[in-house]
Amino acid sequence: MSTALWKTKVDEVTKQRGKARETLLPCLEAIQEVSGYIPQEAVSYLRENLDVPSVDIYGVITFYGMLTTKEQGKYVIRLCNSLPCYLNNSENMLEVIERELGIKAGETSPDKNFTLEVVPCLGLCDKAPAMMINDKIYENLTEESAKKIIAELKG
Amino acid sequence: MFTLTINGEKVTVPEGTSIMNAAKQLRIDIPHLCYLEGLEPEYHCRICGVEIEGEPRLAPSCVRAVSEGMKVHTNTARVRRARKMIVELLLVNHSADCPTCERNQTCELLKLAFELGVKKVRFEGEKPSYELDETSPAIIRDPNKCILCGRCVRVCHDVQTVSVIGFINRGLDIKVSTFMEKGLGNVECTNCGQCIQVCPVGAIKEKSAVDEVWAALANPKKHVVVQEAPAIRAALGEELGLPPGTLVAGKMHTALRRLGFDAVFDTNFSADLTIMEEANELVKRITEGSVLPQITSCCPGWIKFMEHFYPDLIPNVSTCKSPQQMFGSLAKTYYAQKAGIYPAKIVSVSVMPCTAKKFEAQRPEMTDSGFRDVDYVLTTRELARMIKEAGIDFAGLPDESASQLMGLYSGAGTIFGATGGVMEAALRTAYKLVTGKELERIDIEPVRGLDGIKTATVNVDSLEVKVAVAHGLGNARKILDEVRAGKSPYHFIEIMACPGGCVGGGGQPISFDLALRGIRGQVLYNEDRVLPYRRSHDNPSIKKVYQDYLKEPLGEKSHHLLHTKYTNRGRV
Ligand code: SF4
Ligand code: SF4
Ligand code: SF4
Ligand code: FES
Repeated sequence: MSTALWKTKVDEVTKQRGKARETLLPCLEAIQEVSGYIPQEAVSYLRENLDVPSVDIYGVITFYGMLTTKEQGKYVIRLCNSLPCYLNNSENMLEVIERELGIKAGETSPDKNFTLEVVPCLGLCDKAPAMMINDKIYENLTEESAKKIIAELKG
Repeated sequence: MFTLTINGEKVTVPEGTSIMNAAKQLRIDIPHLCYLEGLEPEYHCRICGVEIEGEPRLAPSCVRAVSEGMKVHTNTARVRRARKMIVELLLVNHSADCPTCERNQTCELLKLAFELGVKKVRFEGEKPSYELDETSPAIIRDPNKCILCGRCVRVCHDVQTVSVIGFINRGLDIKVSTFMEKGLGNVECTNCGQCIQVCPVGAIKEKSAVDEVWAALANPKKHVVVQEAPAIRAALGEELGLPPGTLVAGKMHTALRRLGFDAVFDTNFSADLTIMEEANELVKRITEGSVLPQITSCCPGWIKFMEHFYPDLIPNVSTCKSPQQMFGSLAKTYYAQKAGIYPAKIVSVSVMPCTAKKFEAQRPEMTDSGFRDVDYVLTTRELARMIKEAGIDFAGLPDESASQLMGLYSGAGTIFGATGGVMEAALRTAYKLVTGKELERIDIEPVRGLDGIKTATVNVDSLEVKVAVAHGLGNARKILDEVRAGKSPYHFIEIMACPGGCVGGGGQPISFDLALRGIRGQVLYNEDRVLPYRRSHDNPSIKKVYQDYLKEPLGEKSHHLLHTKYTNRGRV
């Protein structure tokens, strides 16, 4: 069902902004938003429509932490491990979250509720360590706050 | 025109010239790694930094254009320090196993480290430990050696317009890879190997068959036959201490015998055979009014490109197998019969300028002899290594000929290795087929040379035959789009995937210099001029194979052994 949805979205975006290479990122964002990830068929569709080689599209997807080709859980946790967060113990945060969820970075929980990712800088360096869960930002994490956040989402 | 000073000397160059090229005029060679003549500069590496008076930062000279009155310094302490630092930083993350590296003798990084006086790498860092990409039967990529110069990406995108490799990820995780990291064997890669030719280090190489060939040669139960493509004789010498432009056909045959091959033949023979079939096919298409233009099929790089990007043109592509594969199916049938050897005993080896031929040899349909038609494909570089390993003083070898049965060749066969050669060879024979007379002006100059696209009109009796030649897949696209649109004025089109034709193939001595490729091509045109036969249909061994075995061009046996089908491979 989401297939039709991403196609409609892409068609909307290209109608508004034209079928140029510059439209690639907005298209990818739209697909990510409605499907939760970028399916391979969507890449082929973009290649055809925007005339951009698939490897270049893949290059853009892997450049941006917000885009992914993997099907994701309901909550996508993106924990930053760039230098400022790292220095503020993001490694420890990772351990805590991995333990709480029972999955490793890069994995999705079997019930498809959580995906855990370690990503480069989220631009929240002054409030390190930081993470995002879907669109929401969580800053100055501690072991306790991280545990609490996860527990709340688990419900 | 702008006048500037470099290291105190004045030089005047056209507007838009880069500092690096202006310096060349003064015989100053500025070190470079990501820049390569023939590719658009993209300044990734910064090793070409120079000082410009009045500017705080070093400027990348490969891309920075000159301006009037500019004062440049290419050899200050600061410049030298920066270069060294860059090389050191590259070496930190480089899996520098130089003694066992393919590119040990031709590595630009190793050369720079030496030339710039890098004595010690002052930093420590993590060595990458990526998996190799071994998905392709022709080419291996080793990201652990990649210095991210981007040359391979540019040649694949801009020159070949295949665009299957690119930068992925970000920051320290950046690497060159394929879509979804599927690997070269699972994307539209044509195996042309031009990425090997531009890579400054050992990050891309052919999948070697040297060990397998040594094993076959050492096995007394096997009868090992070998064929060598036209372009080998124009370049093998470069790897073995002879100057570029040396014809080494004779030494090559001698060396192969000394390596222990049981029968030394020549692909030039089967190039002549290809012409017999292909010229007949062309005349048939023209007289019967079937699909035109006919497009050549001897380049497996082009064929795979077509199968991915232009499958709608399959009816236009000649059904002729490439000379390598024609030879292969005859080696285990015709030759086996003549020599009284059971074909299963025969190991069929080819030496090719080409990485795509490795892919071609293992295509599932290439078994018309009842066996694998070509067992192992060696590149020019691999053969050179075997010759060195065997301790053969190549430059001092006497000349020998290939064995007559499948080794005698005409000048038409030998020029196959240069862009336009197949076209010229085919026209020489097609003319005879149509008119019954020999083409008098046998040198068809308009299809020679290094222009990306060449066209000509040849009068064959009352018919004006229009032909076109393209080398490099980007050039091919232009002609193919015309065909696709139904607007192509041509009867016959030659396409070679590699710029310069096979003399510039992915298996040749490392170089992306088109002028050098031209010199190699000239070697073949020179040989053509002095050979006793210059037309494929005059070659006595060709007459014999039809008389004794194949009967006639496009006949039943030829159809079975010498022609093939193509596959629509779709896009990835
Ligand atoms: S072999 Fe040719 S098509 Fe394949 S990646 Fe290299 S340059 Fe591109
Ligand atoms: S593989 Fe070679 S050519 Fe390609 S980016 Fe790496 S070092 Fe450069
Ligand atoms: S042009 Fe020659 S060397 Fe290059 S891919 Fe084609 S056959 Fe091989
Ligand atoms: S050669 Fe100029 S930046 Fe690499």
